[in-house]
Amino acid sequence: MTYQEKKSIVSLISATLIFVSYCLYMYPQYPEEGLESIETFRYLGSFVLILTLVSIVAHIIISIIFNIVFRITTREKEPKFADELDKLIELKAFRNSFFVFILGFLIAMGSLIIYQPLQVMFIILIISGFISDVTGSITKFYHYRRGV
Amino acid sequence: MGKNLVGNHIRKLRFNHDEMTQQQLADKVGVTRQTIVALEKGNYSPSLELAFRIAHAFNLPLEEVFFYGDNTKV
Repeated sequence: MTYQEKKSIVSLISATLIFVSYCLYMYPQYPEEGLESIETFRYLGSFVLILTLVSIVAHIIISIIFNIVFRITTREKEPKFADELDKLIELKAFRNSFFVFILGFLIAMGSLIIYQPLQVMFIILIISGFISDVTGSITKFYHYRRGV
Repeated sequence: MGKNLVGNHIRKLRFNHDEMTQQQLADKVGVTRQTIVALEKGNYSPSLELAFRIAHAFNLPLEEVFFYGDNTKV
């Protein structure tokens, strides 16, 4: 398995672990006030913001650890640059990821049209963000494995 | 994916050129080793520029490194 394939798998697993563990950590803190209270919106806003920051920092740390482990186990240096194949796969992954997020965004807006609570819209947006991240990693893995 | 119609003789040419490694060829043409692997496996059709760079690395014209058509017929 190549460096990029392993990196895609690590990225997929770490994204899932970060999201699930963060949700498990934040769920007990869900405010008990009414569904439309300011406290609930503050909670959802901070949920998205902190998740974004935690996710970025965790991805960087996991990437560094992965590179160290990769060097030790394979005695091979990771590629220092992205060539045309990497860029092409990156673009395809971004396209699919973006498509999934936009789909989630439209569903979230649709939930408002059919009179769903605002929390539903937030939850759909958060989940679509996670699924779009996962889609990007799966697309990268698929194309590195099966070709472009 | 089974749709790449651009084949190549890179693997054979590497061995004919002092058993050049994939990493050596990758360094010569400015791509990663994984891209050479993908090219040899037929999982990727290179850009015209990369194709010329690879042909140049072997000191051969383009058509002696790459061919167009079904792999089974060549």
